[in-house]
Amino acid sequence: MTTVQLQTQDDSPDLPLYVSAPKVYPQRVHGVYRRIKWALLIVTLGIYYLLPFVRWNRGPNEPSQAVLVDLAHRKFYFFFIEIWPQEVYYLTGLLILAAMTLFLMNALAGRVWCGYLCPQTIWTDLFLATERLIEGDRRERMLKDAGPWTLARVREKTLKHFTWLMIAWWTGGAWVNYFADAPTLVHDLATFQAPVVSYVWIGILTFTTYVLAGFMREQVCLYMCPWPRIQAALTDEYALNVMYRLDRGEPRTSFKKSLALRAKGEHPGDCIDCSQCVAVCPTGVDIRQGANLGCIQCGLCIDACDSIMEKIGRPPRLIAYDTDVNVARRVAGKANIFKPIRSRTVLYGTIIALVGAVMLLALANRTNLSVSAMHDRNPMFVKTADGSIRNALTLHIVNRKPMARRFAIEAAGFDPAHVEAVGATKGADGWPVVEVGPDQIRELRMLVTVPGATHPPPKQDLAFTVVDVASGEKAMTTDNFIAP
Amino acid sequence: MPEQKHGEIDAHSGTPTTGHEWDGIKELNTPLPRWWLNTFYACIVWAIGYWLVYPAWPLLNGYTHGLANWSSRVAIGEDLNELKALRGDMNESIATASLAKIENSPELLAFARAQGSAAFALHCSTCHGAGGQGSKGYPNLNADRWIWGGTLEAIQTTITHGVRWDADPETHASAMPAFGRDSLLSKSEIANVADYVRTWSGNAPPQSADLAEGQRLFGQNCATCHGEDGKGNVELGAPNLTTQVWLYGPSKAAIIDRIQNGGGGVMPAWSGRLDPTTIKALTIYVHTLGGGK
Ligand code: SF4
Ligand code: SF4
Repeated sequence: MTTVQLQTQDDSPDLPLYVSAPKVYPQRVHGVYRRIKWALLIVTLGIYYLLPFVRWNRGPNEPSQAVLVDLAHRKFYFFFIEIWPQEVYYLTGLLILAAMTLFLMNALAGRVWCGYLCPQTIWTDLFLATERLIEGDRRERMLKDAGPWTLARVREKTLKHFTWLMIAWWTGGAWVNYFADAPTLVHDLATFQAPVVSYVWIGILTFTTYVLAGFMREQVCLYMCPWPRIQAALTDEYALNVMYRLDRGEPRTSFKKSLALRAKGEHPGDCIDCSQCVAVCPTGVDIRQGANLGCIQCGLCIDACDSIMEKIGRPPRLIAYDTDVNVARRVAGKANIFKPIRSRTVLYGTIIALVGAVMLLALANRTNLSVSAMHDRNPMFVKTADGSIRNALTLHIVNRKPMARRFAIEAAGFDPAHVEAVGATKGADGWPVVEVGPDQIRELRMLVTVPGATHPPPKQDLAFTVVDVASGEKAMTTDNFIAP
Repeated sequence: MPEQKHGEIDAHSGTPTTGHEWDGIKELNTPLPRWWLNTFYACIVWAIGYWLVYPAWPLLNGYTHGLANWSSRVAIGEDLNELKALRGDMNESIATASLAKIENSPELLAFARAQGSAAFALHCSTCHGAGGQGSKGYPNLNADRWIWGGTLEAIQTTITHGVRWDADPETHASAMPAFGRDSLLSKSEIANVADYVRTWSGNAPPQSADLAEGQRLFGQNCATCHGEDGKGNVELGAPNLTTQVWLYGPSKAAIIDRIQNGGGGVMPAWSGRLDPTTIKALTIYVHTLGGGK
């Protein structure tokens, strides 16, 4: 691959070993990518702030909030899905899906998650917009920050921090709504009746939002976030990245010089060294120095440069989403190629499809009833007075329906007379019958007895079927009958 | 930054040196980052506050109590009270409901079993085993043979007053005489009784056995407590000898040993040590282990 050597200051010997990070003053910009970012910001924040207030009717005894993390009852509600603590593997599935989607995004377009969807980016964007509204754009802010403190400035800064704190507080407040019935909680919060822990969390999240989006901003993306490190190791030369097309831009010259050169029939680069791309960059990157870990692929420099190109009458997209391969190919005089389908995108896509399919299948097939058995280990079996062998087990019967149900417990291979459940009555056909409350788990101690004279084998299959007496719905679990 | 006394500047890094030099190596004066120092100072301030608020200094006899007058003992007491309050309703129900009622209410049963199982692990498992499986001389509580009775009330009585626990006047007393040690029966007589007794649980006697003699001796010496048919007597704590469950093992040697030495196991009385509610919970737990009558 051809690389063009660029003069950077990095190996200049007289710089101190440590410089503190310069403050970044991103400039306002208009364009396609900025509009996409505004749209995504509105949609994501809208979802975040409003989702807890969406209602979902689940019938009596059930919360009517569409998305709810019910810590007290250890349940998670997501629209029509209700996840019980025994089903945390859905969470594992979701995490795999999230990771794979991130990988796939990275294989297609590098750090694009960072630029458009990462909460850090979105809140920083919002904070920046507020700052711009109150204190003015880049140049103005730089001048004010360099200048003396005036009363007007104090007023401005106070207003800015107050607005920031309001947004941060609103953010923290929205978060706790996911953990309790939102309208009730909002009312309780306002009347100071909400649990202390909710105030604490609002405090913590207000603080972190304020600090992370107000002060640390790009530092989070550069120094704290692990994703750039991981994505750098995962990306390849076919991934789209925001790139300065140096094959077109170099050699850069000032606008006047380039006009003069063009008049003479020469071909200067399109870049007029106006530094607009650097001024708008929220992470303070100079994209013209080549691919950079600090670049979050937000595309704002594209918008900035496009507006310059329009003004100087050159074609747009001197900076564009492009690939290393294509830059090299153009330098070598070859045509662009695009390869979105590569082994890694196929792999990630396949994993996403598989995990998604498995989860959907599991969701579609989940029942409102489940049962599991736990055999007593200590002792594994008991010899009773008449010489019979008895095993004790604990059944956990989970009734996921919002009403109480009665279940008969049938054990395969055993005479009903020999299967007993502590605290259960016997049904018409001799099997124990128990009632399990709405949305409850009942622990049931089972005693299974086999006459010693029949000489049961040391280990024998044992199956329990729990049958809903009213509807006939069944669930089964297996275990072993252990004998000496 | 204070003024640099040894204002020498290191040529390579542009950083002032401290003026210290060892073997030609000079120490750079690189100040700690501001945030680090501030954190450090904040920690010192925090520590001073901590000294004042919490107990911190040992004294000759005692310690400084701190402004908050906090102690881990009091904190534990508070936690325990909180726990009690949390369990209050359920505990109250357990305390007032009859044993049979507890066992028939799924909620109370689950609560009592949970509480009983914890208490069992703490107080009873040393002798009876973690799952109540017992061992030689310590009854298996999962089996359905009970020396002092297996009804809810009988189990409650046994736990409350213990077995042969002299400190409790209501304890289960009575012990088997040492027929051999005290020369009440001869060796061959004991062997015959053992052979006879073992036939009840289906063990074929050896050729040499004189079952008639064994039966006669049993009638004379043992039937008072264990009954003519060997079915035992829970009033006296005389075990039923006709079952497959043997406290000291089913072998002939084990039975001879019992007749020879007599006696019986001891269990502490738990009243006074455990509150009545816990004893109730334990009773339910033991009863539902599987052997309850
Ligand atoms: S270099 Fe361009 S794409 Fe990258 S972060 Fe800066 S503005 Fe965004
Ligand atoms: S905005 Fe475009 S023209 Fe201006 S310096 Fe950046 S790359 Fe060059």
